[in-house]
Amino acid sequence: MDLGRLQQIDEYTWTLRNGAANGRGPVQFFGSAPLLASMDDKVLEQLANVAKLPGLVGAAMAMPDAHWGYGFPVGGVAAFDPEQGGIISAGGVGFDISCGVRCLRTHLQLRDVESRLPRLADALFQAIPAGVGEEGLLKFSPAELDEVLEGGAQWAVRKGFGVPEDLEYVEERGRLAGAAPASVSPLAKKRQRGEMGTLGSGNHYLEVQVVEHICDRGAATAYGLEEGQLAVSIHCGSRGLGHQIGTDYLVSLAKAANRLGVKLPDRELACAPIESPEGQQYLGAMRAGANCALANRQILAHLTREAFHRVLPEAKLEMLYDVSHNICRPERHRVDGQERLLYIHRKGATRSFGPGQPDVPAPYREVGQPVLIGGSMGTASYILAGTAESEARTFSSASHGAGRSMSRRQALKQWQGRELVDELARRGILIRTKSMRGAAEEAPGAYKDVELVAEATERAGLARRVALLRPKVCIKG
Amino acid sequence: MEKSYAYFDHEADVGIIGRGATIEAAFEAAAEATFAIMADLPSIQPAAKVDVTFDEPDPELALVTWLNCLLAEARAAGLALGRFSLRRHNTAWRGEAWGEPWRADLEKGVEVKGATLTMLSVHPADGGWETQCVVDV
Repeated sequence: MDLGRLQQIDEYTWTLRNGAANGRGPVQFFGSAPLLASMDDKVLEQLANVAKLPGLVGAAMAMPDAHWGYGFPVGGVAAFDPEQGGIISAGGVGFDISCGVRCLRTHLQLRDVESRLPRLADALFQAIPAGVGEEGLLKFSPAELDEVLEGGAQWAVRKGFGVPEDLEYVEERGRLAGAAPASVSPLAKKRQRGEMGTLGSGNHYLEVQVVEHICDRGAATAYGLEEGQLAVSIHCGSRGLGHQIGTDYLVSLAKAANRLGVKLPDRELACAPIESPEGQQYLGAMRAGANCALANRQILAHLTREAFHRVLPEAKLEMLYDVSHNICRPERHRVDGQERLLYIHRKGATRSFGPGQPDVPAPYREVGQPVLIGGSMGTASYILAGTAESEARTFSSASHGAGRSMSRRQALKQWQGRELVDELARRGILIRTKSMRGAAEEAPGAYKDVELVAEATERAGLARRVALLRPKVCIKG
Repeated sequence: MEKSYAYFDHEADVGIIGRGATIEAAFEAAAEATFAIMADLPSIQPAAKVDVTFDEPDPELALVTWLNCLLAEARAAGLALGRFSLRRHNTAWRGEAWGEPWRADLEKGVEVKGATLTMLSVHPADGGWETQCVVDV
């Protein structure tokens, strides 16, 4: 991206040089100069389009890991006020509704179990359906699926997937209220019939990680983390159902835009006023999609626990936290000294509530909400803590991952799957995958440097680093 | 223009291109491009069929709808699809696709979750038609 078009406010904050103009609200970037320079110009173009949508409050914002998305950039955050004609955008949520990361901590030290990791990798690979064409063991009729879409992770716990304590550590206690399964198309439900409890493919993964370094000992203690400890991270979302909801509403809202009086700068920003019947219908469907994702991660966590117990009977996996990074939520934020109800779109961005926030689980409330930044196989992941500063800067939002720096086709030209998997094994990272082609596309070198992203996230005041985790086992689709 | 498909780069996902003598043939080629991301098309046996019908006056939205209907039906039926046929009467589109249930020895790539409106275009080119969009993987 051409940094000449931006004005630097401080070392990690940038704004579009000519400010708000021509019906466009302000645009803000958070990140270091090298990270911003590596972004595609499309990120700026897309963010400027978001800033033209009705009812925007504050700036359209890009997190340090932003990259070119669908209408909204991935790593985009935007707040809208329903009382000022603010909109809800299907593009601002994304196709993989409520895609997110769930982290579980163990009480195991790597040194005590390292020799058993190959068996654990095999057990996890067998237990977790992953990759193209793979189906889960659970099959649902449309009526049964409606219960999942209403109940989310709470439904899964009621069915025996996990324990009630898990829900304390999931945003919204594992269930978004106001879901409307009737607003989800029959085709979306048909797609999901065999997909509950599956990981998917692409950038989704399940990793066994070791806590390599503690950056903030106080927060780490609150999160139950110490060096050498094993943890598990699961990255996935609402699978085919979420995608079909996104597709259905993107097309129908794009067609309805004129009638709804919304001038779309890009068809993929298809949206409707929050208070319109169309907006409410999409919100109901989106919440159903989010509950599907929350239930899916709850089932995957249960399957993970079962696989662990087969190989490491002494293992106890406790929930650390579950965050969604493709979602729109109503939240109360202070703007110019006044508390307002805003709909915060986080497309590839994580909520980052600071200390004292009542929605943060009680054991973490003094240090802030865990923010999970996933890496890619072979590179680190970070656990950070939300900051009070992020409330004023980004409506309590932070980065979500490393973000790609290279296309899949370029990655395929540069890496060969088998060689990559062998090389990672030599570095002590066990990859289990159904697709060597997929492994090559997901090569760690095809992603931005997650350490730069985490550093920029902290320096921009969006969240502070608590722990760095390295992968030991990675299950890929 | 001979029926063919190709790809273009996108930062996070994959851009597909379908070309053909008619708009229908170009749509069929776009479907081949999409499903070839997931599996080796010549290896797929035409043992099962799915039908797709939809009504769409906008040719660009019709391309996205065609691809997404195929992806949804393939997923719902647990099929790898490898052959495609499409007919159009005014705004009514009627398609068929053939494939087989996923098996372990089908070469697997990455799952395509859906076709998007990004870089979406359907236009005449070189005496035929060219279609393109980015698919989400």
